[in-house]
Amino acid sequence: MSEIALYTRPQSLEDVSMHYCPGCGHGIVHKLIAELMDEMDLRDKTVAVAPVGCSVIAYEYWDVDCTEAAHGRAPAVATGIKRFRPDAFVLVYQGDGDLASIGIAETIYAANRGENFTTIFINNTIYGMTGGQMAPTTLPGQVTTTSPTGRDVATMGYPIRMCEIYDTLEAPSFIARTMLDSPGGIRKTKTLIRKAFEAQVAGQGFSVVEILSPCPTYMRMDPIQAMKHIKDKVSEYFPVKIFRDRTAE
Amino acid sequence: MAKRVLMTGNEALGEGAIRGGCDCYFGYPITPQNELTAYMARHMPDHDRTFIQSESEIAAINMVFGASVAGARSMTSSSSPGVSLKQEGMSYLAGCCLPALIVNVMRAGPGLGDITPSQADYFQATRGGGHGDYRTVVLTPATVQEMHDFAAEAFDIADRYRNPVMILTDGRLGQMMEPLTLWDKEAAPPAKPWALTGAAKRIKRTIRSYYAGRVPENNARIQATLRKIEQNEVRFETYMMDDADIMLVAFGTAARLCRGAVDCVRADGIRAGLLRPQTVWPFPHEAIAGYCDQLKTVLTVEMNAGQMVEDVRLAVEGRTPVRFYGTIGGDVPSVADVVEQIRLLTTGSES
Ligand SMILES: Cc1ncc(C[n+]2csc(CCOP(=O)(O)OP(=O)(O)O)c2C)c(N)n1
Ligand code: SF4
Repeated sequence: MSEIALYTRPQSLEDVSMHYCPGCGHGIVHKLIAELMDEMDLRDKTVAVAPVGCSVIAYEYWDVDCTEAAHGRAPAVATGIKRFRPDAFVLVYQGDGDLASIGIAETIYAANRGENFTTIFINNTIYGMTGGQMAPTTLPGQVTTTSPTGRDVATMGYPIRMCEIYDTLEAPSFIARTMLDSPGGIRKTKTLIRKAFEAQVAGQGFSVVEILSPCPTYMRMDPIQAMKHIKDKVSEYFPVKIFRDRTAE
Repeated sequence: MAKRVLMTGNEALGEGAIRGGCDCYFGYPITPQNELTAYMARHMPDHDRTFIQSESEIAAINMVFGASVAGARSMTSSSSPGVSLKQEGMSYLAGCCLPALIVNVMRAGPGLGDITPSQADYFQATRGGGHGDYRTVVLTPATVQEMHDFAAEAFDIADRYRNPVMILTDGRLGQMMEPLTLWDKEAAPPAKPWALTGAAKRIKRTIRSYYAGRVPENNARIQATLRKIEQNEVRFETYMMDDADIMLVAFGTAARLCRGAVDCVRADGIRAGLLRPQTVWPFPHEAIAGYCDQLKTVLTVEMNAGQMVEDVRLAVEGRTPVRFYGTIGGDVPSVADVVEQIRLLTTGSES
């Protein structure tokens, strides 16, 4: 009797153990990206940009060319790469502090120029790497080390909905929000990342997928509770949907 | 035959960079360097190269970083307040061992200051500027010809050492016109076996400055490069130094005025000469020290409150008195001002 492998490690994913906490969304998304690089034959032409955040060493996990970028500056770095190497497949990976706080100017302007790269945006409603401070996406009332009595919108403002902001711009080709709340949510996320990658391959300009993602450590929940919290609470504030899809055009 | 043209310093610098093989230019408007950005906007597309007006200086330097990662010869230009914003990106370029050209057409500070020419960013330029242990090679042109030539050569230096290079100039040199001979050497960028191109048929490459636990190794590599630069890239020019007993030290615009002042006082029999650093990092310490035995006084002239004079004092190590004359806040000295300073020195020493 012969054995049939139903699932193997994607070739574009290094065979090393990751440093992420148990139940963290980063590892899940890294794997989805690697699977798509294999399936879409992108590994050989990918130049990836890793952020500053928990995923700072993403380059140790993907088997592709990859550079670091200063905190928040990945979209500008990717702009430089893609303009000089238009044939490269340029992947940008960012957390919410990186993309929606310190780097929001670079984020908006690269999207507004329609730079032909793809951003994978991990929204875990927290600053993970620095130890659980308030993020631009932290929910009203959410307790963090810098909002110890819960985010008070009267003085700290409201969580920023990035997809809705991208959607005000003319140039982006694909904008979607998805969530890692269940195996189904993970599969759906992969479908949407694929579409975003297709938009870039077809030269349609800036594409982005925002992924509501668990950070069990600083959501102060176990991994299953964190996924349930994403479905019940996080996606209530951040609606999961496709905002724009020009891949069909 | 090499062509003679009349251009502003800013435009000559842009044309020099294009001839030096600049693939990508990224910049944000600020006076007194706008002619350079506009020149690149007009001419980079002609050569099928990239020009982007970025949303900020921070974005510009990070675009430079990205293009350099991908193997391009890339540059940005700005003036003092904008160069302050680029410091984080310059630290990352240095930390990741990436070549790039940064131009600072200095204006008066601190703060918004004024658009008048200044040399007050000397410390920022020569001490690293951003965080961490690094240095930027700093070229200091004094003529429109040098604005052009240094820009063309800067990419070779940056590529040779995989280290950022700065051209440090000021609003007067940027905006004045002079005739120059256009650079006519073919740009010959070296192979970049470290650049990110997509890992087809090879193992992946990573560009990083983050090395948890191994940062000392990365720093040691950077320091070894900096020692090589110190050995090979010091540039300076001397004028009337053979029999001089007063040595003026000045760079850029201030050096032009000092040269005029040397001519004036020589007519009166005062034996003054000029040493003009063309790189202020690496600094010509040894050349300056070598003149100490023949000198009565060193006079450093700068358009700031006294910055390079600290390097001159380090070079002289107390063997000769070092005096300073400077104008601050965007004022430019006249030749007559410098002549007066030299005269004061001579009467002072004779009385
Ligand atoms: C200029 C600068 N400011 C602050 C920091 C510290 N810092 C590192 S990661 C980070 C936030 C990361 O949060 P996020 O982008 O949400 O990613 P996560 O860690 O949650 O995945 C901060 C503030 C830094 N590295 N650089
Ligand atoms: S702190 Fe949060 S985001 Fe960071 S690795 Fe742990 S679970 Fe993931």
